[in-house]
Amino acid sequence: MKPPPFEYYNPTTVDEALSLLAEHGYDAKPLAGGQSLIPIMNFRLAQPAVLVDLNNISELSYIQPDEGGGLRLGAMTRHHQVEHDPLIAERAPLIFEAMPMIATSQIRSRGTFGGSIAHADPSAELVAVSVALGGRFRLRSQSGEREAAASEFFLGMFATLLEPQELLVEATFPAMPARTGWALMEVARRPHDFALVGVAAVLSLDDQDRCQDTRIVFLSVGDGPVTAHHAAEVLRGQAPTPELMRAAAETAAADDIDPSSDIHASAAYRRHLVKVLTRQALELAFERAKL
Amino acid sequence: MKKSIGERIKRTEDPRLLTGQALFVDDVNIPNMLHAAFLRSDYAHAYLRSVDVSEARARPGVVAVFTAEDMGDDWQPGPPLVSPPPTVEDITFYSRRQVPLAKDKVRHVGEPIAVVIAESRYIAEDAVEDILVDLDPLEVVSDIETALDPNAPLVHDDLDSNLAAHMIQSKGDYQAAKATAEVVISRKIEIDRGAAAAMENRGIVADWDSKSQHLTVWDTTQAPIPIRNGLAARLGLSESQVRVIAPFIGGAFGPKMMMFYPEEMRIPWISIQLGRAIKWIEDRRENFYATTQERRQVHEAEMLLTREGKILGVSHTFLHDSGAYDPYGLTIPLNTESHAMGAYAVPNYFSDLTVVFTNKILTTPIRGAGRPQGIFVVERLLDLAAKELEMDPVEIRKLNFIPPDAFPYEQQIIDQAFSPLIFDSGDYQPVMEKAAGMIGYDQFVKEEQPRLRAEDKHVGIGIVPFVETTGVGPYEGARITIEASGKINVATGVGTQGQGHFTAFAQVVAEQLGVDVKDVNLVTGDTAQFHWGTGTFASRGAVVAANAIHASALIVREKVLKLASKLLEAPEEELELEDGYVRVADIPHLSISLGDLAAEANPLRGAVEPGTEPGLEATAYFGPKYGAIAFGVHAMIIEVDPETMMVEIKRYVVVEDCGTVINPLILEGQIHGGVAMGIGNAYYEQLIYDENAQLLNASLADYLIPTANEVPRIEIGHFETRSPLNPLGTKGVGEAGTIPVPALFAQAIENAFPDHDLEILEMPLSPNRLFELLQEKESEK
Repeated sequence: MKPPPFEYYNPTTVDEALSLLAEHGYDAKPLAGGQSLIPIMNFRLAQPAVLVDLNNISELSYIQPDEGGGLRLGAMTRHHQVEHDPLIAERAPLIFEAMPMIATSQIRSRGTFGGSIAHADPSAELVAVSVALGGRFRLRSQSGEREAAASEFFLGMFATLLEPQELLVEATFPAMPARTGWALMEVARRPHDFALVGVAAVLSLDDQDRCQDTRIVFLSVGDGPVTAHHAAEVLRGQAPTPELMRAAAETAAADDIDPSSDIHASAAYRRHLVKVLTRQALELAFERAKL
Repeated sequence: MKKSIGERIKRTEDPRLLTGQALFVDDVNIPNMLHAAFLRSDYAHAYLRSVDVSEARARPGVVAVFTAEDMGDDWQPGPPLVSPPPTVEDITFYSRRQVPLAKDKVRHVGEPIAVVIAESRYIAEDAVEDILVDLDPLEVVSDIETALDPNAPLVHDDLDSNLAAHMIQSKGDYQAAKATAEVVISRKIEIDRGAAAAMENRGIVADWDSKSQHLTVWDTTQAPIPIRNGLAARLGLSESQVRVIAPFIGGAFGPKMMMFYPEEMRIPWISIQLGRAIKWIEDRRENFYATTQERRQVHEAEMLLTREGKILGVSHTFLHDSGAYDPYGLTIPLNTESHAMGAYAVPNYFSDLTVVFTNKILTTPIRGAGRPQGIFVVERLLDLAAKELEMDPVEIRKLNFIPPDAFPYEQQIIDQAFSPLIFDSGDYQPVMEKAAGMIGYDQFVKEEQPRLRAEDKHVGIGIVPFVETTGVGPYEGARITIEASGKINVATGVGTQGQGHFTAFAQVVAEQLGVDVKDVNLVTGDTAQFHWGTGTFASRGAVVAANAIHASALIVREKVLKLASKLLEAPEEELELEDGYVRVADIPHLSISLGDLAAEANPLRGAVEPGTEPGLEATAYFGPKYGAIAFGVHAMIIEVDPETMMVEIKRYVVVEDCGTVINPLILEGQIHGGVAMGIGNAYYEQLIYDENAQLLNASLADYLIPTANEVPRIEIGHFETRSPLNPLGTKGVGEAGTIPVPALFAQAIENAFPDHDLEILEMPLSPNRLFELLQEKESEK
């Protein structure tokens, strides 16, 4: 399990990295925390000819408050930093809640926020959470910069909007509206495993305790983050009674997902878990929104 | 005399292991050493048409590439690893051993086809990709249940079918008993494959020194002496020209026995061919494809009982998956047969065993080695009988235990060594009662469980006894030397895989010689230090090796007393050994240190008296008449989340009777590890093959090993019934922790769903499988 030969570059600025990506194009792969890329290379499933190591680009590592109560995260911010940052806990409690569910503490000490997003593993907590929170990503190349909503960024299994010469440099999250609750529920064989199914829910209430806006996003049930539009429709404008939340969960399981079977879980079991976890997540999000 | 045996002493080897100061095979680095990588088959079954290695050979940094063709007459199948079954009537056995590199055909995914030797492992792996191999895929024998179909493809073309072995064992008259039985429980019971998944993969470094004509091999083996002898024979060398060292091993659990794996045979051969040291370290992916596995069996099982719950008979007709070859003979399924009567007096027994070849990785013993399957069969049948008879699971077991006055108890069948199976000693009921007491069985069933069920909690309790055949022969030996420093040197051939031998064996020595265990230096697994013995497997270290060490310690003690008596001018009976000194009892200042005594015994001047030997040293051996039978009971309380199927273990109790306990701390560690492995076997670890015999979860991301999160705190109680078969009275415990866990999980999970009439007849289980089973029951309602 050794990777084939590759060229290695170690830039210290974003500009340098972008120039390397521009030069090598499809042959190059940016190296963030390496917690997915390195094993994939050791299995020889990915054989990039050039690695552009981002670990010495200090300008990509930060957690900053945004005007209006939001957040900015540099792409190379380590999971460990995010996990223990009070600003994250205060402004993006859903991200804060997700962090301990990501793999093991050893992996979190090395893995990065942007690395997880750019890798676009459909089982990744941060992928689903970013969509649920209405996050946006800044993508930069030598020819300029653009922004993409998380809901549009993920194109499928390990596929995103990123062009080969482009680098994900930042993730931004808007302030959560008042009376908004959140929850992340997942079932994993062992706590550090990829979840068999996970659900991130963000629920905003109006002053009558009716659902104003609900975002329910699943992980591990499709080729990317799967948003439960039908279930959200069930809740729209309604008071989230236990019966209604149960109905929304059943709708999610029936209409919003098309899970596949694998060695760990059949499609039927995944559907069942979606029903269970959606209900639990909505109940918890509702409790928190009322506070 | 101070006691040492039975003391809770911390393992003296641990500081080295925990601070990275212990030598493992991959730590061996020799100047000018080369590295090996193997090309392995991607197909489970295919004709090998051609192998073109020209491009690989041309890659810079590549020193050599070998295929089967390049080996000439040195290409030979491996030796049988255990004595083949005696050619008695009614036993069919076809021996087909693994080959060094595939020649005409590949028979499982991962079978080696070629080996590249290069300046680095990186280059070697790059060159493996340069090899062009033409494999012509064949239909695959993917499972034992279809392997004997008349139109099934043949794993071995020269055989008429995929039958590897067949034999029948019986006791009493099962059919006659069936005619009178009031209760008959019949079920199909399945156990699937798992891996040993040791933390350290396999590895080997071979260094041929052409000037001294000597081969040194560092090998992750549990049995360095058989490996040395086998290598010498295969390589045409004298045994004295080959030294095999099994240094510290990061877990073995069976698959590192005297396996003569293709890699293990090839690397030394290549070292001689090239006159260079060669290293091969198995990576985790290879470990899944090239290291042996175990446990797949399908049983049609039956139990006969009276209405009072007394067992009249057990029968099972079963298939055992041998994988592509069967070098380990019938060890596993014979172990299953030895355990399918459990700890019970079963008057009538019938067992029809069929071993089949499949296009899967070969199976050899893994911790438990057929025993968990046997215990699963008998305990499941007994649980189902208890349900039918509305009897308490504890009571039906107590009713059927072999009574304490029946030992030695002859089972009237043969064991894995083809010797009569005899249970040497035991007292089962008090152990069962102790376990039930520790977990609060009655209180839980009568009070707590009904209360929790009223709260809609799915809590279940399980309690399962088991036996373990341990401590088999043939023998082990040890040489003990008191050095002039006063330190004691002990050399044994048994090898070690992390069981705490350095401490436990030191305690056996300290018991006789009155020294601190820290002053006992153990050398194990180096054929240059001791070259008689077999290895560490079959739960035999604390029985066979410890008793050999005990025997030589007794002789050394005699020598000490004799010489000290002369020097101190006191009768031997008045001497005592304590703190490294021989003292005259009641006259403390009349003493001599063991070091000084050792110097006196090895004089620089004068003559050694005729009929005596220099030094304070002795070599002795021990071989038991037959194996010692350990016993234990595991009990567990679980809670199952009925929505997610996640299982939480609330309490876990083990009461173990493995005879004399040398070191309770080490014993408990063995049990903890065994239970962890058993939990894996029950709920996490399953090797999943598809219809093409491709392994689908060949990584630790998908093959789930329980971690500290999944393993509960384990409460342990002891009970000591000495074995009459050895002077220390010990029985083995290495596999004990693993054996009853699948049966225990099955019982506890069924108990957690009282309204579902759930029957767990398969292992391993998973949340997904439990969901399916419950759905089936729901739809039946």
